[in-house]
Amino acid sequence: MVPVDYYVVLSAVLFSIGTLGVLSRRNPLIIFMSIELMLNAANLAFVAFASVYETFSGQIFVFFVIAVAAAEVAVGLALIVEIFKTKKNINVDEMNSLKG
Amino acid sequence: MNSDLIVFLVLSLVAVSTALGMLFSRNAVYSALFLVLNFVTVAVFYLLLGAPFIAMSQITVYAGAIMVLFLFVIMLLGAENLAPSESLPWQKPLAALLSAVLAVEAIYLLFSRASTARSVVSPDASLNTIESLREMAMDLFNHFLLPFEITSILLLVAMVGAIVLTRQDKGEANGSS
Repeated sequence: MVPVDYYVVLSAVLFSIGTLGVLSRRNPLIIFMSIELMLNAANLAFVAFASVYETFSGQIFVFFVIAVAAAEVAVGLALIVEIFKTKKNINVDEMNSLKG
Repeated sequence: MNSDLIVFLVLSLVAVSTALGMLFSRNAVYSALFLVLNFVTVAVFYLLLGAPFIAMSQITVYAGAIMVLFLFVIMLLGAENLAPSESLPWQKPLAALLSAVLAVEAIYLLFSRASTARSVVSPDASLNTIESLREMAMDLFNHFLLPFEITSILLLVAMVGAIVLTRQDKGEANGSS
């Protein structure tokens, strides 16, 4: 028996670590990984509450979130590769123009 | 202190330390591998919570497909070690402060507003049978059929988008554009 609050606190801590990664790192790949970490933290809270209230809706929502995350990563990494091909650099400080 | 709680505490220690390891690794490949470990830990949490299908999806999609894509792009671009550029010296302390504030606020609000006195009972063996999966599939295809179909269109759009973004035009390949 684990109180569900423990899972929610763990989820909040993981989400904050992901926020710290997005705010402090300069490598766009690490920023992307931090966003994945935040999505995972939210998923963990969903599954914890779905398990407590004994419903499948939370799990099904997590299933959709996983599918959307896969689509997002595919497009995002394609964008990063394209930016690298144009600017020969992927440091986020260098990305200050919309038309490459 | 029951065994579930011990398993939870050990696993959450692993999850938090791998997340911090992902954040503070100098090399992006190490970050990706730390993140794989984090995803596997979260999958074990899903098993503890009685969601075996989500746990397996997590391992195949996140720890498998997505992280392989990440590692592929990191090695393709040679972006393991970016030269540090300190254009904003106050950025890192401010980021640490803001995320600490976020964590404290989130935990405080969750405990004061959303606190439920309920506990997660560890699932018995009946949950890992095909019956539970069938029940979830019935729910998915009865109540969530339209979102399911929209997800397939979203995946198609993402695939087309990724191909269009990385495609090289014939003119560009000859250097004429």
